[in-house]
Amino acid sequence: MKTVALTCIECPVGCRIEVDLEENKVLAVRGNSCLRGKMYAENEVVCPKRVVTSTVKTTDGRMLPVKTDKPVPKTEIFAVMQKINSATATTPVKIGDVIIKAVCEDANVVATGNAE
Amino acid sequence: MMERDLVIIGGGPAGLAAAVSAYDNGAKDVVIIERDERLGGILNQCIHNGFGLTRFKESLSGPEYAARFIELVRQREITVMLKTTVLDLSADKTVTAINEENGVFTLKAKAIILAMGCRERSRGALNIAGTRPAGIYSAGTAQKYVNIKGYMPGKRVVILGSGDIGLIMARRMTLEGAKVLAVCEIMPYSSGLKRNIVQCLDDFGIPLYLNHTITKIEGEKRVTGVVVSKVDENKKPIAGTEMHFDCDTVLFSVGLIPENELTKNAGIKLSPRTRGACVYQNRETQIEGVFACGNVLQVHDLVDFVSEEAELAGASAAAYLNGKRRTDNAVIVENGKNVGYALPQMIDRSVNENVKLFFRVTGTFKDCTIIARSDDKILAKRKKKIAVPGEMETMLLTAEAVAEAGEKIEVYLETCGEN
Repeated sequence: MKTVALTCIECPVGCRIEVDLEENKVLAVRGNSCLRGKMYAENEVVCPKRVVTSTVKTTDGRMLPVKTDKPVPKTEIFAVMQKINSATATTPVKIGDVIIKAVCEDANVVATGNAE
Repeated sequence: MMERDLVIIGGGPAGLAAAVSAYDNGAKDVVIIERDERLGGILNQCIHNGFGLTRFKESLSGPEYAARFIELVRQREITVMLKTTVLDLSADKTVTAINEENGVFTLKAKAIILAMGCRERSRGALNIAGTRPAGIYSAGTAQKYVNIKGYMPGKRVVILGSGDIGLIMARRMTLEGAKVLAVCEIMPYSSGLKRNIVQCLDDFGIPLYLNHTITKIEGEKRVTGVVVSKVDENKKPIAGTEMHFDCDTVLFSVGLIPENELTKNAGIKLSPRTRGACVYQNRETQIEGVFACGNVLQVHDLVDFVSEEAELAGASAAAYLNGKRRTDNAVIVENGKNVGYALPQMIDRSVNENVKLFFRVTGTFKDCTIIARSDDKILAKRKKKIAVPGEMETMLLTAEAVAEAGEKIEVYLETCGEN
């Protein structure tokens, strides 16, 4: 068994979490103060994932803020960025509109700003 | 001269929440003056997520957080003046402003809420030796270039200061293809959130050099490199520790300064500790009917807390318009040992509700007690496992405790064994 120390990134509190692991199987999670923290720790030791936030150009030349609507594997972040940077969003766009469908597994890139 | 009930200066998170709260508490003639072409303030360029966890229990990006409050403003009959800059504020609540449509004009307000936010400390404030080439930006300026304007300020980057904006920009520049060589922090700890160290630096293998600073910037027309040195406990560079980085860009993330020029013009007393106005518990300044909230008053860690403070100021302004006045009988709040500042600086004794004190400690303390005391009376006391300057502390004073207080309340921190 090994123990991994993590800092939770779910919220600004930044709990220090310890995870006991046996061959990629999580045995115990300590130090978290909420359920989000437990889930973060369980994923982090097996397949760390992140929400990617960036911008996409709009058809009228502005920058539209976007994010992945689910966390994507850390190893895929730059592949996702490449797709984001080659995309164009057709205005008008509202918050929540899907800009790129299934950018990575079942995660979509969605608008986080409005562009009339 | 146009007369209005409530003029709010600034349409960022503080101004928006203050406007909604004032309106909902009975102020029906509310104007927001914003110098940018849209509402939302700095949130518009903060495209990363993590906003709103306290308030909305979900992780929003800056524009999403702003949009929720902009929508609330739109649902009410609140006047919004965009691309309008306030030039002057006088003690009699006359606002002088300018925009393309009206030129210079004045508004006479019955009440004012100051919500101008902060600006960044610049290179000039730091006295770094070297030339003055292109390629040196504050982190927030670089953020605006990348996220709003859509262009990259450079390819090889060194960042001075490990505040949250610097950390966020280290990740953002990396995602857009730049190489971030180093983040240097003169202090022995980062002032940024731990989660940002993990997800902005560690995730991308960007080194953080604590106890280090930039001692020289090189390059004639464009930055060509920087010299980074280790500092001793007095923050003096140690000879022989110099490291050289070839880079074309330097970002500064070295602190925020509340933008209080208008406050000064009006003759409102500022606190040398917060650099914001001295306020009563309802966020009223020394000029009756002028309120302040958000980062122009004290630099907050989270926008969620800015909104909360702004709602208090908005409700107070509405109460003022409705005829409520403070008494002359106030308790002074002061920061004592190991505490850098405490806010509000004054509490009206006639207050019949609990008062939340806000303050920051001056160092990292483990197993400590924070105490609010008046003369020999302990008014409130709380044990803390750890207290750090990067996290704003709060403490609740009950209305009874305020009533019991003498002339002054002192907020201080005792370390273990000193109690």
